[in-house]
Amino acid sequence: MIKFLIKGLLRDKSRSRLPIIVVSLGVMLTVFMHAYITGFMGDTFEMNAKFSTGHVKVMTRAYAENSSQLPNDLALIESGKLLANLRLNHPYMEWTPRIQFGGLIDAPDSTGETRSQGPAIGLGIDLLSGNTGEAERLNLTSSLVQGRLPIKKGEALLSDDFARKLNVIPGDEVTLIGSTMNGSMSMHNFTVAGTVKFGTEIMDRGSVIADIEDVRAALDMEDASGEILGFEKKGFYENKKAENMSAVFNSTSSNADDEYSPIMKSLSQQGNMGQYVQMSELWAAYISLIFIFAMSLVLWNAGLLGGLRRYGEVGIRLAIGEEKGHIFRSMIVESFFIGLAGSVLGTAIGLFFAWLVQTYGIDISGMMKGASMMMPTAIRARITTPDFYIGFIPGVISTVFGTMLSGIGIYRRQTATLFKELEA
Amino acid sequence: MESSNTIIIKGLYKRFPVGKGEFTALSDINLNFAQGEFTGLIGPSGSGKTTLLNILGSLDVPSEGEALVLGNSIGKLTTHEAANLRKVSLGFIFQSYNLLAVHTVYENVEFPLLLLKLSATERHKMVMDALEWVGLTDKIKSKPPQLSGGQCQRVAIARAMVKKPSLVLADEPTANLDAANSHHILKTMETLNRELKTTFVFATHDDKVISYLRRKVYLLDGRIDKVEVIHPNS
Ligand SMILES: Nc1ncnc2c1ncn2[C@@H]1O[C@H](COP(=O)(O)OP(=O)(O)OP(=O)(O)O)[C@@H](O)[C@H]1O
Ligand SMILES: [Mg+2]
Repeated sequence: MIKFLIKGLLRDKSRSRLPIIVVSLGVMLTVFMHAYITGFMGDTFEMNAKFSTGHVKVMTRAYAENSSQLPNDLALIESGKLLANLRLNHPYMEWTPRIQFGGLIDAPDSTGETRSQGPAIGLGIDLLSGNTGEAERLNLTSSLVQGRLPIKKGEALLSDDFARKLNVIPGDEVTLIGSTMNGSMSMHNFTVAGTVKFGTEIMDRGSVIADIEDVRAALDMEDASGEILGFEKKGFYENKKAENMSAVFNSTSSNADDEYSPIMKSLSQQGNMGQYVQMSELWAAYISLIFIFAMSLVLWNAGLLGGLRRYGEVGIRLAIGEEKGHIFRSMIVESFFIGLAGSVLGTAIGLFFAWLVQTYGIDISGMMKGASMMMPTAIRARITTPDFYIGFIPGVISTVFGTMLSGIGIYRRQTATLFKELEA
Repeated sequence: MESSNTIIIKGLYKRFPVGKGEFTALSDINLNFAQGEFTGLIGPSGSGKTTLLNILGSLDVPSEGEALVLGNSIGKLTTHEAANLRKVSLGFIFQSYNLLAVHTVYENVEFPLLLLKLSATERHKMVMDALEWVGLTDKIKSKPPQLSGGQCQRVAIARAMVKKPSLVLADEPTANLDAANSHHILKTMETLNRELKTTFVFATHDDKVISYLRRKVYLLDGRIDKVEVIHPNS
């Protein structure tokens, strides 16, 4: 009997091939959409993490309170020791110190008089020690427009728009006018090594990027760091993990009564990123749900139609003495395998497309002009564990459910009525 | 006396709910069928032929009265018992063949045997015998869409006969066939009836079928109008 049913299933294209194609398509879309949304949301976080928040960030309590003002007078002192400790205790994280600062960039002419000037947001990062991966993290090499990356002390990068405005080119000297940790004015000369364009409005307006040791020297911040950023070595931000790590750190290494003691904050605990994290989790859930729901409806209907189409077969099987329950169960089993085959196929194809978009991305930089939040300029899907099973929800469950509903028709109807329909 | 009867019908009524009221499709049917009969229910459209055949086939139940088929009282069977009765003892032939299109002639005929848990060798022999009876041994690998209407109905007869049921119920088996094919399948059924002692009950208004019947039960508006018995030597 089983052999007989399998033969029927395989030979009847409208019973096997067509439903499998429909299920595959639905599952493929579900899987792809999920990976896509996850990727898009994740990318936005990674952008912000890389340029500003880290997956977690360590600051002094006072700095954290006023972090938008870049209060370097409240920076972490003796940050080398803290950094070493963090690296020791959390070896699966990449730790890197940074100093964010504000100031003026002054481009002098040959006589030393101001030729042009502009306000700048500065970022001191570990460029020259060569072991914190900052250049890759900030994507400096591919963001270069002119010149090259700094390779020795005293060199800096300017954002390309800013350099044009100031009318400087690589090789020119500029002066950073800022304030030291103690509040007095400081001047420090940099050679422009190159110019960069990140494709995000806020980073491209007026920034200067220099090695952190230079910045320390310029701002009189010996062994101090404004912040220490931690990044998951495996790459992606995981909210729960980051929040837990922060909680543990704060309960063991932070002192609530000392405003200079360090405090760790996860990405979600900084600025309004928390809202975004929540929002994105909700969104991903909603969109996936809506999609799963829609696909379920489609596949359920497909299952329903498939079942209805087979009333003739059902009739003859009843007539030769097969029991209703047996017919019903065999139809369910069939639809289960159809759903399973379609889901496996659809998941595979969906993952493949997701992988393509994860690897190559879709360029959306044109749509991102003027965005105030750091948004990625290319959308990349991100394949996560749920992608491997999420498609099976509409794929298997709805297909079986649809068949069940149409099968209930077999139960509801009097056998004789079924035969009437059969004769018609 | 009763034990020699394959079918005993006593005071049978069948009413269908229609809107708020009911429609009486069969009224006070009293009728017996002996083992090995070749009988037809004859009557105009709507006279209740199919309704009665469905009850005899345990596909439907009486509203009142009794129908004993091979000792089973139809209205009182569980669905399991009814299915078992059909599986073991009944064969159906329909006007529209109802063959499974994606299965071969052989598989269509083998289908009823799959439920009977017979060995493959037994099944093979029985299928080949049945196809021999209807003269289709050369078509075992064909599929129904490749066959003519007459051939399809012969496959359906083989399918109904393959398990050698005691009773075959045939509802307008010739309605879709031309004269030559009608006579062909009727002769086949007549032979099977003679050789296997299978009881045949037809529902028909086709004169070709009627001419083969040995007993004619005329229905009119759900009642038995008259019964004619054709004596073999007349
Ligand atoms: N399920 C049902 N519900 C309501 N009325 C029904 C039902 N089944 C049959 N009838 C009615 O019972 C009567 C007898 O129907 P039946 O199908 O037995 O006729 P028939 O003699 O087989 O006719 P035909 O030669 O057209 O096949 C008809 O008037 C039909 O409308
Ligand atoms: Mg009829």
